[in-house]
Amino acid sequence: MTELTNLTVAQIRDGHRAGDFSAVEVAEAFNANVAGAKALNAFIVETPEQALSAAEAADADRAAGTLKPLSGVPIGMKDLFCTNGVQTTAASHMLEGFVPRYESTVSQKLWDAGAGMLGKLNLDQFAMGSSNETSYFGNVISPWKRKDGGNAALAPGGSSGGSSSAIAARLCPAATGTDTGGSIRQPAAFTGISGIKPTYGRCSRWGIVAFASSLDQAGPMARDVRDCAIMLENMAGFDPKDATSLNLPVPDWEAALSSDLKGKRVGIPKEYRLEGIDPDIDAMWDAGIAMLKDAGAEVVDISLPHTKYALPTYYIIAPAEASSNLARYDGVRYGLRDLPQGAGLQDMYAATRADGFGPEVKRRIMIGTYVLSAGFYDAYYTQAQKVRTLISRDFTAAFETCDVILAPTAPSAAFGLGEKMADPLAMYLNDVFAVPASLAGLPAMSVPAALNREGLPLGLQIIGKAFDEQGVLNAGLAIEERAGFTARAEKWW
Amino acid sequence: MAIDQATVRKIASLARIAISDAEAAAMEGELNGILGWVEQLGEVDVTGVEPMTAVIPNTLRLRDDVIDADPLTGGNRRDDILANAPAAMHGFFGVPKVIE
Repeated sequence: MTELTNLTVAQIRDGHRAGDFSAVEVAEAFNANVAGAKALNAFIVETPEQALSAAEAADADRAAGTLKPLSGVPIGMKDLFCTNGVQTTAASHMLEGFVPRYESTVSQKLWDAGAGMLGKLNLDQFAMGSSNETSYFGNVISPWKRKDGGNAALAPGGSSGGSSSAIAARLCPAATGTDTGGSIRQPAAFTGISGIKPTYGRCSRWGIVAFASSLDQAGPMARDVRDCAIMLENMAGFDPKDATSLNLPVPDWEAALSSDLKGKRVGIPKEYRLEGIDPDIDAMWDAGIAMLKDAGAEVVDISLPHTKYALPTYYIIAPAEASSNLARYDGVRYGLRDLPQGAGLQDMYAATRADGFGPEVKRRIMIGTYVLSAGFYDAYYTQAQKVRTLISRDFTAAFETCDVILAPTAPSAAFGLGEKMADPLAMYLNDVFAVPASLAGLPAMSVPAALNREGLPLGLQIIGKAFDEQGVLNAGLAIEERAGFTARAEKWW
Repeated sequence: MAIDQATVRKIASLARIAISDAEAAAMEGELNGILGWVEQLGEVDVTGVEPMTAVIPNTLRLRDDVIDADPLTGGNRRDDILANAPAAMHGFFGVPKVIE
């Protein structure tokens, strides 16, 4: 029998249903992999007993004939989702020791569907970062290594880097992620897995530690497209507790999966052909175009003229919203409190926030405070909101001539830890292809498509119309079937 | 527009983050770098363009005007709300003395 930890979500679900193995065997196998992978630092908290108890319930449900959609499947939970009775930190010192007394809607839905929790996954602090180097609990390391004989530790991407590293290393078959400006797609691309950010509003944000509320959206990360569809079905859905939640039925995405793209038009945005980009990325993109043609799609050239303004727009809007959202961390209601001798209330706030936030979080709060401050609000924030409208209109116009858009997920393969930390702007540029879809609230996914000349995975991104997750998943499946990506990181940890 | 260290200290005070002189000096360069880069947005003609307020057309709902409509987010959850407070006392959040 195949090792249980090599199975996909669908294979675990179906195998458990058929009685090929017990859920407890699955949970024990993944618990053992988690326990043996400390070197990756993918988990902040491990919860093997929760995985086991969900597995026992799944085995009992099978005996009773009351199986649920994710019975027998243990998953990883990004430590941005509040979990009742289990520490939730957003990888920050500020929330170290914070134990929520409630459960996020998305995590609750997954437990209700029968899934078990292997632990809370590491991330960039408050989801701010593209490399997992801003976590208070240390860097997450990618399981991948360059094949040049060097031993450099590589970034698993960010902010959902614990999720991507854990899935790639077979510590869990699937995990939750959140995507504000690419935080599901870029780490998926860096580690050779799949991940989808659904339409803004598909997944409830209630109980997810907020970063930038007009952008944040939860989504699944897994090894293949089918698993993403299964996970998303069990995460999405209307929630009256989130005012931005869409009151729409959740389609049966898995059942409608089809890689036959006849009659579909795929748009190729000319503005994404960046000058001086890694030739391996361009070659993968061209190969992806050929794959979608082979699946029956027609390829059309499109233009997204405001693409170059997407990143600067994002780096006004996201910090502005973050500065507001993170104002709640004041040392009074939860988390850290620093009370210097003789300090008053204002000093306590300032000392707590100086100690509790890492450098990148402070940098973004400062930017956000500045662009929202009197005298600068219109010049920066209102201007950015207007440009955001133009970026969104670009997509609306493009979707008049195409059904989905194909582009690279990131401009490079995974970089080495430490290589970009000195220059915040260079780090931000890594999200150049991911951010536009976030600003427009559109569904977008990354699927692994090739290895570069260093033997590292590269991802292709598919962007769809609002509410058309099915179109995105289907194009993703067409690439997955043709790319035949089976490479995995060799175990060194 | 370039920001100086005095401005950095003012932003830090607005954001309620204590910073040292050394941090203010380091942030001056970083913030100027980022703000200089985002200023390219100024070249976009936005005449007649409405600022985006909702990325996906959606009507924000109000909760039903009912006391404790949701058992999770309604009232009578004092102990849960105070459970993670660094200094909860007598059923309240404790803070340093603010009135002399």
